[in-house]
Amino acid sequence: MSVRLLARLAAAALVLLAATAARADDDKVLNVYNWSDYIGKDTLDRFTRETGIKVHYDTYSDNEILDAKLMTGQSGYDVVFPSATPFFAQQLKAGIYRPLDLSKIPNAKGLDPQVMNSLAKVDPGNAHGLPYLMSATGLGYNVDAIKKLMPDAPVNSWRMLFDPAVVSKFKSCGVTLLDTPTEVIPAILAYLGHDPLEQTPAALQTAMKALMPLRSNYRYLNSDKYRSDLAGGDVCLSHGYVGDLVQVRNRARESKAADRPNIAIVIPKEGAMVNIDVMAIPTDAPHPDAAYAFINFLLRPDVIADVTNQVGYANAVPASLQYVQPAIKSDPVIYPPADVKAHLFSALPPAPPGFDRLRTRAWTRFRTAKED
Amino acid sequence: MKAPAIARNRGGAGRGAWGRRVVLALPFAWLLAFFLVPFLIVATISLATPRVGIPPYVPVFDWSGGHLWPSIHADLSTFSLLFQDELYVGAYLESLKIAGISTLLCLLIGYPMALGIARAAPNRRGPLLMLVILPFWTSFLIRVYAWMGILKDEGLLNSLLQWLGVIHHPLVILNTDIAIYIGIVYSYLPFMILPLYATLERQDPALLEAAADLGARPWRAFLSVTLPLSLPGIVAGTLVVFIPAVGEYVIPDLLGGGETNMLGKALWDVFAMSRDWPTASALAVAMLAALVLPLALLSRFQSRMEPAEDGK
Repeated sequence: MSVRLLARLAAAALVLLAATAARADDDKVLNVYNWSDYIGKDTLDRFTRETGIKVHYDTYSDNEILDAKLMTGQSGYDVVFPSATPFFAQQLKAGIYRPLDLSKIPNAKGLDPQVMNSLAKVDPGNAHGLPYLMSATGLGYNVDAIKKLMPDAPVNSWRMLFDPAVVSKFKSCGVTLLDTPTEVIPAILAYLGHDPLEQTPAALQTAMKALMPLRSNYRYLNSDKYRSDLAGGDVCLSHGYVGDLVQVRNRARESKAADRPNIAIVIPKEGAMVNIDVMAIPTDAPHPDAAYAFINFLLRPDVIADVTNQVGYANAVPASLQYVQPAIKSDPVIYPPADVKAHLFSALPPAPPGFDRLRTRAWTRFRTAKED
Repeated sequence: MKAPAIARNRGGAGRGAWGRRVVLALPFAWLLAFFLVPFLIVATISLATPRVGIPPYVPVFDWSGGHLWPSIHADLSTFSLLFQDELYVGAYLESLKIAGISTLLCLLIGYPMALGIARAAPNRRGPLLMLVILPFWTSFLIRVYAWMGILKDEGLLNSLLQWLGVIHHPLVILNTDIAIYIGIVYSYLPFMILPLYATLERQDPALLEAAADLGARPWRAFLSVTLPLSLPGIVAGTLVVFIPAVGEYVIPDLLGGGETNMLGKALWDVFAMSRDWPTASALAVAMLAALVLPLALLSRFQSRMEPAEDGK
């Protein structure tokens, strides 16, 4: 690299720094990076009206995209919403989040201690992140299609996906899996009666040994496509995020088509993963004070209830329940009853070094396994 | 045959040499900034060791020692990992296979179309070419989604075939390799047709008349005159289709069922699922290195064709 090029790069960096500094001066602005379809329609307007802070709002559809941006550094975002595990947990270890000053988030006192405790497993003392919304991972199925192929199908069990004798019956109408080892492996370990959160080569081998012969039963592995295919009747059984499945169910109900599918959602009785999406402030956030104000605003019972009503994900603010629509509050897959809750597991700890590599390769091998 | 070309080059070396150099420097600067520099960055990361932190790898060049030279932490283990694991070798071979078959199909479908357009009446060529380019007016992604609607079990194709009585049960096409081939061939066909058309259109019809006068039947004339003269177009079209098809990610993801082990997806898995930037970079470097060889051979081949073109 020549000296002149270096000098130019330095100049460019200075310009960038100056620009960042200028943005930091202006504390009436907030840069938010959130999941798509994950906030109320008027939530941002209300925030701007009440605080005078203007919100730049960007969305993503994969934890991986958020991760890549944050890990590169200087993302420019003030508030982000990573899933607690494994993403938030791993990002924490890299030191990319600012310790929260809870005196600036008085509404945090209203958070459910149970949720806070499970989050504390990856973030001791809840120092860096507070829960936003959460959802279990479960099954969505087309009631009529499943009944036709197997009238006595064990619909409330992971057997639907992982018992060779059961899942092979549904092959013809289309079965799909999430394309995420951190969801599928805990699920099949739960089905096999193992500790779902164990991350050792032995547990991985147990899971993959059970999964490999099942590959030809799954039409595809994808974390996105199943939503439109299930709603449109192109597949009949999908492993999916309950919040997404609720949106699928609503879409199918609202459809005018004569053959619109009747979608049911279950949280399998063997236990299922719960995903908590966390609100966190990156260390290099240009407007930390606006970020605190935004998080505090989102934790206000009437505000977060409004979000839950619109997106179908449960929140962690018990006082908000009085504003949540009865149909959502009483929905056992959105707000699971105590007996189901007891079987839910969350907070898959970050994988030990080297395990990630092993798991990814096992997963690619599983996904690309050819039918014999 | 070569003399006029050389003379032309010499003529350019006189007064206009500076202007010429500037014009040539622009694409070089472009390649340097947007290809070579990013490639060197990726190549450097491929030698690093992953870690938890920002960035998620240990930088290869460490300047913190305060010396004029950095201390170097290079690690070749990522590359040995690639070759030890049949998974990645398999992904490479499968990507080559899918890109190769797709390119061949594009050539077989595109050649008659290009020839047809080149032989059409001059006032019809414009509209025909327009039709080839027309799909680009719609977003690529939307066209791939449209294929999902056509190919699915209860989609347009199956409905049509069932209505015609050709089949009685829907064919499973979506989420299989066949759908991937259809998607790639459909998407890349215009890139094959355009260079083919460009060479075919320039061919002198008198050559075919001469062949006919010498007693060649049309088929023979095609094989010994048209086809050899269109080789530069075939090479260009093949390169333009084959190279991006090897790294194709979107089409297999949307139309395939996931069991297709292509490099693009394998790379994404490594990069995003295990956040292993060094191994992902090593995969990218290996892919590029493996593509450069056939590419260099083909372009040498193409440059040998050039004089023949000049001397028509």
